[in-house]
Amino acid sequence: MTPRSHGASGRRLGSEALRIEGLHKAFGELEVLKGIDLSIAEHEVVCLIGASGSGKSTLLRCINLLEPIDAGRVIVAGEEITARGVKIDVIRRRIGIVFQAYNLFPHMSVIDNVTLAPRKVLKVGKEEARSQAAGLLRRFGLEEKAEQYPDRLSGGQQQRVAIVRALAMQPDLLLLDEITSALDPELVAEVLEVIRELAESGMTMVIATHEMGFAGDIADRICFLEQGQILEDGPPSQVFGDPREARTREFLQRVIESGRMGGQAAKHLNIDAPPPRASETRWPGPMGR
Amino acid sequence: MRALEVSDSSRPRPSRSQRIAESLRHPPPGAKAVLIATVSTITVLTVAAFVAVNSPGWERVQSTFFDFEVFSQRFPQILHAFRVNIQIFLISQVLVLVGGLLLAVMRGLSSPVFFPFRAAATIYIDIFRGVPSILIIFLLGFGVPALRIPGTTTEPFFWAVVALTLIWSAYVAEVYRAGIESVHPSQNAAARSLGLSATQSMRYVVLPQAVRRVIPPLLNDSIGLLKDTALVSFIGAVEIFRRAQIIVAAEFDFTPYLIVSFIFLALTIPMSRFVDWLVARDRNRQMAGAR
Repeated sequence: MTPRSHGASGRRLGSEALRIEGLHKAFGELEVLKGIDLSIAEHEVVCLIGASGSGKSTLLRCINLLEPIDAGRVIVAGEEITARGVKIDVIRRRIGIVFQAYNLFPHMSVIDNVTLAPRKVLKVGKEEARSQAAGLLRRFGLEEKAEQYPDRLSGGQQQRVAIVRALAMQPDLLLLDEITSALDPELVAEVLEVIRELAESGMTMVIATHEMGFAGDIADRICFLEQGQILEDGPPSQVFGDPREARTREFLQRVIESGRMGGQAAKHLNIDAPPPRASETRWPGPMGR
Repeated sequence: MRALEVSDSSRPRPSRSQRIAESLRHPPPGAKAVLIATVSTITVLTVAAFVAVNSPGWERVQSTFFDFEVFSQRFPQILHAFRVNIQIFLISQVLVLVGGLLLAVMRGLSSPVFFPFRAAATIYIDIFRGVPSILIIFLLGFGVPALRIPGTTTEPFFWAVVALTLIWSAYVAEVYRAGIESVHPSQNAAARSLGLSATQSMRYVVLPQAVRRVIPPLLNDSIGLLKDTALVSFIGAVEIFRRAQIIVAAEFDFTPYLIVSFIFLALTIPMSRFVDWLVARDRNRQMAGAR
């Protein structure tokens, strides 16, 4: 891959943050990932798109080895984490992941959710961890929720807490697994706004998403996954505007027909998009409505 | 039907007697249920009492089981012996809660390295759940002291605690295990992805949720353990049942057994109601959460 100094978003890219080589993963007979090669630079935002079951989530879970891989290598900031003898708990501190279903710890308050890992893993003192967490919560408009329990929060608030929880470990790389798919439509904007802010602050992110408009806006690169392979990989203007592969075009066509295309992505497209619906104008929206 | 009548203003207002007759025919659902329950209970109790009182042996049973004089006279003595049961229960209970948890965690270890531990825990649980309690109490209470290993005690109280702990740890381990398995794997995934080790994830994320969920079944097993303390009378611990047996043998009156039953019920019934209350509270919380 030729080194690029700037992404499509205009962000300055750094050295290689993540490289995946020949990644294979099967669940029993079902081959989910059939040889993934991917390189991501520091500060780069890569969006994975593709139909459900195309392997987006599995790819993310393989990057921090939540799923053991069958073959291939994963290299994070120059260090092969799939090598023998690597302490995976140590690697995972540097890779944050946010899940579709939030996965907050229901028996802990928001602040305890956020401070658990810094305290127990990084051995940060309780007071220091709490003040760091309070700062992050304030940054994302959640300071009043610190002592609440997750079941008292809206889906959007819970997902923002999950993002804050991942950020509290100060990761070098953030993986987002369809983080808005479980949210009510009116709550999607507040979460996407957080991601937008993170992208602007230079966070390296790999985002599996169905929000094409958002992906088109935020991503330096779009990777289209189909049946466990990266079929197309390029800047949003190219993937959305002039897809090389017929399969990519078919997929995007289906997305447009389902009314989930908007923003930059729609502008790039040569395909005639139907007029936007109310639900598509939902971002960028004000935070913390 | 009643609602219909109320809204139908064109009809003449029914007289008081008509309304009473109507409400008897169609009482509100709650009142109807209470009425049925009351009638049913009275009927069943009456029939049971009638059968017992009219049985050929009733007179004999009445004088040997329901002797009020013996009851009031012996009650304090028997209640005093219950202290031993409470001591055995409390000590065993603490050990059972710890031992059961260790067994459950051992049984849940997935790494091949831990296979011997997993197998040991599984075999242990199979054996101690599978053999009748009384046999284990006999084998430990009589068998181990008979080995005459220097330094071991023959004290029945000690072996009672050991036997009950071994037996109930096996049951409680299965309760804990069900709780651990009920915590969704995504919780563990979230903890591990934050860099927590497997042990830390278990300690801070999985177990706190698991234990909370199994408190009602754990209390059920507490009731079982409490009742089983009466079994240790067979290895010579002078506890409530042994005390009652001594009195029965001396006076040929079975009323002391009735006293023992009452004393156990005085503890186990509140415990059972407490379990019901906890279960109902959890259910209400879940329903409130699913809103």
